[in-house]
Order: sequence, then C-alpha cells, then structure tokens
Amino acid sequence: MDPVLEKDPSTETLSFLNKKVSRRDFMKFCTAMSALLALPASFAPRMAEALTNAKKPYLVWLEFQDCAGDTESLLRATKPTVAQIILDILSVDYHETIMAPAGFQAEKSLMDVVKNNKGKYFVVVEGSIPLKDGGVYCCIGGRSAVEIVREVCGNALATIAVGTCAAYGGIPAAQPNPTGAVGVKEAVPNATVINLPGCPMNVENLTACIVHYLTFGSLPLTDKLGRPYFAYGKRIHDNCERRAHFDAGQFVRRWGDEGHRRGWCLYEMGCKGPETFHNCPTIKWNEGTSWPVQAGHGCVGCAEPYFWDKMSPFYKRLPNPPGFGVESTADKVGAGLAVATAAGLLIHGIGRAIFEGKKEEKGGE
Amino acid sequence: MKNERLRVYAWEFPVRFTHWINVLCVLTLSITGFYIGNPFIHAISSKQYIMGWMRFIHFIAAYTFMMSIIIRLYWAFMGNRYASYRVWFPFSSRKLRDIADAIKFYLFIIRKPPYAVGHTALAGVVYFILFLIFLFQIVSGFAMYSLNHSGKIWILLGGWVTGVMHLQTIRLFHHLGMYVILAYALLHIYMAWYADLKERNGLMGSIFSGYKFVTGKEWE
Repeated sequence: MDPVLEKDPSTETLSFLNKKVSRRDFMKFCTAMSALLALPASFAPRMAEALTNAKKPYLVWLEFQDCAGDTESLLRATKPTVAQIILDILSVDYHETIMAPAGFQAEKSLMDVVKNNKGKYFVVVEGSIPLKDGGVYCCIGGRSAVEIVREVCGNALATIAVGTCAAYGGIPAAQPNPTGAVGVKEAVPNATVINLPGCPMNVENLTACIVHYLTFGSLPLTDKLGRPYFAYGKRIHDNCERRAHFDAGQFVRRWGDEGHRRGWCLYEMGCKGPETFHNCPTIKWNEGTSWPVQAGHGCVGCAEPYFWDKMSPFYKRLPNPPGFGVESTADKVGAGLAVATAAGLLIHGIGRAIFEGKKEEKGGE
Repeated sequence: MKNERLRVYAWEFPVRFTHWINVLCVLTLSITGFYIGNPFIHAISSKQYIMGWMRFIHFIAAYTFMMSIIIRLYWAFMGNRYASYRVWFPFSSRKLRDIADAIKFYLFIIRKPPYAVGHTALAGVVYFILFLIFLFQIVSGFAMYSLNHSGKIWILLGGWVTGVMHLQTIRLFHHLGMYVILAYALLHIYMAWYADLKERNGLMGSIFSGYKFVTGKEWE
C-alpha cells in the first residue's frame, strides 16, 4: 500500500510549533516571503495564520527533458528549514527523484492523485515536452511526456512550470530542436500555467508562489510570458549591485584584469543583465550567499525564452548578425558596409572622370 | 527663355530646419550610441559618470530626432510640392522611367541625369526607405527604453516590439541601423556634391538657403 495515500491530508492542519520549526524561524520565514512577494510587513502575521491553518494541498512533480537542476534547486532550499516547510505544507505525492515508490506503484500514485483530486492538486513540471514524432523522445512508464502532461496538467488546479525548459522549452528546444521540445503552456494550452523560468528556477520563488496561494487563495499576478511580477517584474540590470560602475563607465575588459578584480561592470564581457528579467540580484542563491554577477561572471539571461539561441554568444554584447559567418560581429559588418560604401563612391568618381574624359575627347573631334 | 536660369524656392524653412536637426541628431546618436554598445572610453575614477552622460545625451538626442521627424512628416502634408509625401510613391510611368534613367546615369550608361526641381523619382524612393529606417530606429529605441520604464506610453511607443522580436535581435538591428544611416549619409553627400558640380544648380547651397537654380527648359 502506498504510504502517502494512507493518511488523509485534507483533515490534517499544520502546527509548526509542534514540528522542528521554531515559532521565531517561522515568523522570519513569513516576513521574508512577504518581502519577496513585495507585500507590506503587516502581511506576515496574516501569512503565518494562513500557513498554520492551511490544508495540505496535493502536489505532484513531473520531470521530462531536463537535467534535474530544478530538483537540485528544490533540495538545496536553505532558508530556515524551507525544505522542511515545503514538505510540511505540501503533500508531495509524486517526485521521481525523491519518492519512495518505484515502477508501477509510483505511476499508480500519480494517477490516484489525478483521479481522486481532480482540479484540486498542484503540478510542478520540470523539463521540456517533446512533440516531434508523436512525442516518442521522452516516455515514462510507456507513456509519452505530452500524454502525461495533458492528463496531469489538464486536470490540475494549477501548473507551475519550473525552469526555462518547462516554461519555454529551454535548452532542449535550442536550435535545431531535434525533439520538437516545447514548454508546458504550449503543450497544454488550456491549463492554468505559471512560469518560473531560470536555469534552474530559484526555489524561493516556487515557495513564494505556493505561499501566495495558501494565503490569498489565488496565484500571483503574471506578465504576458506567464511569469509572476514579484519575481520577474524588474530587470537584472536595474537592480544590479554593479550598476554604479556601469553608469560611471568602469568596465571589465578582460577576465582577471584590474576592473574584474575590483568588481566593475561586466557589460563588455557580454553580461545579459540588461535584457533579463529576474530577481537574482535581490534574493540571490544558496541562502542569499551570492549570484552569478556577484561571483564575477556576467548574466547569460537563462530566465528568458530561447536564451540559448538568442542570448549567445554569452561573452559578447550583441548577437552575430544572421547570414554572416559565425565569427562576424555587428561592428565588423558595419565597418564592411562603410568600406564598401566608400569604395563604391571612389569607383564611381573615378569611373565618372574617365567617362567624362572620353566625352570631352569626342566633343573635341 | 530657353537658357535663362531661374531662382526657385524649393526647400522651405521647416525642410531645411529638420534636415540640419537630423544631421546633428544622427551624429550625436551615432557617437553616443556606439559608446553605449561598445564603451570605448574608460573611467579612471568612480566619481565619473561617462555611461550615464552618454545615455542621457543619447535619449535627449533621440527625443529631438523624433520631434524633428514628426515636424518633417507634418510638413510632408502641409508644405510645398517639393516637400510632399507624394515623392515617396513614384508610380507614374514618367517617374518610373526617371528612376530607370537615374540608375543608368549612375552606372554611366547615359550621360544626362533625369532632372527635377525637387527630389528626383529615385531620391523619393530612397527617402521613403530612409524614413522607414528612421522609424525603426525610433521604435526599437523606445522598445529598449521601455525595459526599465513602466507605463502604457512606453509600450505604445516601442515596448510592443519586445513581444514580436527578441530583445537581442532588437539591439542588433538598432545597432546595424546606425551603420546603414551613416552609409546613406556618405552616399547622400557624395551625390549632392556630384549633382551640384555637374548640373551647376546650386544644390549644395540650396539646403542652406532654400533656393535652387533651374533653366527655363527644365522648369517646364
């Protein structure tokens, strides 16, 4: 018997004080979540109350074409016992990497959630869904990813697509996209999908989405790309700790140079902060320890759609112009254009002079 | 009457005014824009504000340029026949022939260029394309500007493009647009100087004074 299904989570309310989480840590967590969701501090008690009385929603975690990076991100949630809180708040009934059941038993527990809790459970999808050739490129238990995702996400309360792969196809969808990989919203257009792109997604944003739902009974407001505004409303460049160096004109010009050692702006090293929307600079990673730019590497724009194709070359400011050699940059093309123009004018001038000369000779005859 | 030279007021004040504003703006936008894309001056002290000033000047010049284009567009409908938007669409058989003749002239096939008091038919087409490039530069500029400016006005002015083109593609084409405009400027100066030299019609002076010289025959 599946141990997860033995208890009835709907009757179980959470009592954090009885668990390993201290009241103090719990309130700290609620305050941090309020700040992350851009809510006033006065919401923290309300959130604490909602979380304390919340019924455990069911959650299944599906994984398709990906590297399990989002699972790694989830497992490394380090805010005071966030991993614990997530596991306590949610009834995680299916997660291939961390679940106890295996084989047919595991698949059964997934289908039990879908059948018994239609429209009441959350799905977290990690990884892209291949559509080419009937979706044969990713199958679990004999069923294709697209088949599973249509059934599971189609009947869910909401789907949270974590990571750029699940949100927009990500790296598997990079050109030439051999498997026809797409994100969840494209595979199941009628599902309620909230996108948390990033490579990987930041687990604090996932927690915040669920906390938002448990507190307000609704999912956070999203932009036209399906991303919640609280996490993707601001550009990295505008919240970057190195922004002052950008405005001053202090740039890293070579890895390890004086500017790099002094923490100057990575704009010239191809940082894609100016075209990427994410809250990396404010919430950071690994318990707020650091994030790529703080560590001295430019942003690669991993949270943006098609980043692998569109944000590359990662160490150059502009993409390569289409139709030219891979190594040509826009400036080389521009310089070529200028030379061509000047040469054209020169040739025209000389040509005209010769032509005119002939005319005058003829005129003289 | 045949060889008498007439003094014609071709370019009205708004045409000349916007022309020179455009010249200033294109130069300013190119220099500051090139710096923004490829910061070639390096700050020595963190008290400097080079990128900040470059961007500020770029945005001011961009607004000026946009206003200049709006004035010129307005004048295309309100000004005299030489300023009219009609030169953009040379679809009459005579104008199509003029275009063919102009191309032949530039390729040394024929000697005499097609003549017009205002813009020639070929120039009209080129100006239309140039106008579209200007429009793209303005809209793509606002698309990038809208990234850190929330509000409906920025979406309207250019933010909507981010839904059609990838941000990096917008950046690339905005950058390449600069080169196309600069290449155009070179051609434009060369051709004007050349026409002035060959036709002795005072073309180079006309963009300052507004007056061109035509012979009686051409006037007909």
